[in-house]
Amino acid sequence: MAVQKLPLAKALNESLRKALETDPKVLIMGEDVGKLGGVFRITDGLQKDFGEDRVIDTPLAESGIVGTAIGLALRGYRPVVEIQFDGFVFPAYDQIVTQLAKMHARALGKIKLPVVIRIPYGGGIGAVEHHSESPEALFAHVAGLKVVSPSNSSDAYWMLQQAIQSDDPVIFFEPKRRYWDKSEVDTEAIPGPLHAARVAQPGSDVTLAAYGPMVKVCLEAAAAAAEEGKSVEVLDLRSMSPIDFDTIQTSVEKTGRLVVVHEAPVFYGSGAEIAARITERCFYHLEAPVLRVGGFHAPYPPARLEEEYLPGLDRVLDAVDRSLAY
Amino acid sequence: MTVESTAAARKPRRASKRASATKKPQSSEPQLVQLLTPEGERVQHPEYDIDLSADELRGLYRDMVLTRRFDSEATALQRQGELGLWASLLGQEAAQIGSGRALRDDDYVFPTYREHGVAWCRGVDPTNLLGMFRGVNHGGWDPTTNNFHLYTIVIGSQTLHATGYAMGVAKDGADSAVIAYFGDGASSQGDVAESFTFSAVYNAPVVFFCQNNQWAISEPTERQTRVPLYQRAQGFGFPGVRVDGNDVLACLAVTRSALERARRGEGPTLVEAFTYRMGAHTTSDDPTKYRHDDERAAWEAKDPILRLRTYLEAEGHADEAFFTSLDEESDVLAKRVREAVRAMPDPEDMAMFDHVYADGHSLVDEERAQFAAYQASFAEEGN
Repeated sequence: MAVQKLPLAKALNESLRKALETDPKVLIMGEDVGKLGGVFRITDGLQKDFGEDRVIDTPLAESGIVGTAIGLALRGYRPVVEIQFDGFVFPAYDQIVTQLAKMHARALGKIKLPVVIRIPYGGGIGAVEHHSESPEALFAHVAGLKVVSPSNSSDAYWMLQQAIQSDDPVIFFEPKRRYWDKSEVDTEAIPGPLHAARVAQPGSDVTLAAYGPMVKVCLEAAAAAAEEGKSVEVLDLRSMSPIDFDTIQTSVEKTGRLVVVHEAPVFYGSGAEIAARITERCFYHLEAPVLRVGGFHAPYPPARLEEEYLPGLDRVLDAVDRSLAY
Repeated sequence: MTVESTAAARKPRRASKRASATKKPQSSEPQLVQLLTPEGERVQHPEYDIDLSADELRGLYRDMVLTRRFDSEATALQRQGELGLWASLLGQEAAQIGSGRALRDDDYVFPTYREHGVAWCRGVDPTNLLGMFRGVNHGGWDPTTNNFHLYTIVIGSQTLHATGYAMGVAKDGADSAVIAYFGDGASSQGDVAESFTFSAVYNAPVVFFCQNNQWAISEPTERQTRVPLYQRAQGFGFPGVRVDGNDVLACLAVTRSALERARRGEGPTLVEAFTYRMGAHTTSDDPTKYRHDDERAAWEAKDPILRLRTYLEAEGHADEAFFTSLDEESDVLAKRVREAVRAMPDPEDMAMFDHVYADGHSLVDEERAQFAAYQASFAEEGN
């Protein structure tokens, strides 16, 4: 069965299964990834089928998980590491930034570091502190790392395998509040390039650029705007490092307007980078300044406030209106 | 009672507590594994005896002398402005040559940034070590050529890389071993503790070789630990041993034993080589600000090279011709290093964009092209 409707979490599980089957050097590592199958069950059943030597339960030490994954990669393995939640990646941040990102360059290209770090990220699930953050800009800022995030099951399935096949370290952000959303996966399709953006919804009046969990919100906003007679194009960026600026440029040259939407704080966020570069590239095509919708310069709030913090349909539509008002 | 008077009343008690906290714990001077005394006398050890030919003994001596000469030449090159920085190993030759000569070719080494002697044992051309200190690269050698990883500057990070690599060795069913070097300062880092945990629970074939050279820049070992460092291993479930780090024979014997244990699938060992950094932390450091000359003098009496020379001479293992010839070889090495450093070309402008990614990255490509165009614009103006 090539085409099936799967929850995003199950698509990731199938993707990991395929990677383990295809390449004996692929390893899964992390806290609770074995018997439990991960706290979100992304690795469910994999240890049973591939053994404790391929699907490795680790001590509770994030720096140790990433640091030993680097050593395993140097030995020729392709470790896929699970960090349990976004806010828990920081004990490993040193290993990722000072070691993993730079080692290939320091060796003048003589060694490769094919390590994938999977991080369930973002809010909207009513979690406690450190379980809802969007730190993607902190990783995208670091040369040597690649940063991607799927928004649907098909991308989850294909992008994860492409990340594992990449000879570069890839930070793979999984939109945890979309884990249970179902969409179609064609397991025999030929996937597009890992770092190419996708036009998720064509339109002509304004471009919405988003990735991961916010793609769905933007598609809903486009549908709502359409009822008011506004034609909104939605881009699913898929990759935050590198960013496919060509696809954004093509869209903005058509619409003349761009709104970037993400959950992460707007300040120094990926929206700032996109706004700056698109302003450089499309200055004479822009009918309005590039606008950003995202989180605030405040710690991610307690769960009872997260609906106010996260960009929802209304805040996105408000930005569309502001853009069109210029 | 005012807040001030409360503080004043408490002051003496606090001061006395602090005084006792800086006192050395009694257990800090445990028995060292030693096979050659500072006076150059050969002694036996029930667990770690070793039988070396005269040729092998001369070889260890040669390694230490050449390493020291390379090191002093690099220090001189820094003073002459040819290197931006140098981290001298002066005093640690026995720890590095002893452990380095215990390794097999298929073993893998994860050094910190001072393992010039270990690099020598691995066959890494010493001039390769100088690129990062001259500022032409951040490492530059191919780690897989000599199974000698790049120097690691962030303290202790490499102990985890070594552990992961060793986990891979075990998965491969290979019987080689891995060695991770670090210092007494790094022993305070979380990564070192995590590497102990991981290596123990996965029974990884790794030897942790801590060169306790007594000083982490200006911080003494007492600022890092309240127990002798080798005793840490016990809490993680593997053996730790303290060896006289200025005794090349003991360092060789103890490391060889730990590596064999790893090869047999018995897991990690922590070796604490009790030694002394006779020079500065790096050429940017000024040890006169934090330690006394008499401390260095006491350690000079334990010099690793002098004691082996005394032994070689006493046993008739080496004649004057050997020492003369080695002096000449040292001069040749120093000259070669000096010339190589001075001839080392600066990297091309565009090199900073090379090898950022293995599979390429559109932003790097874009910025490379922009910078190339910018550079080319100057060339055109000049024409």
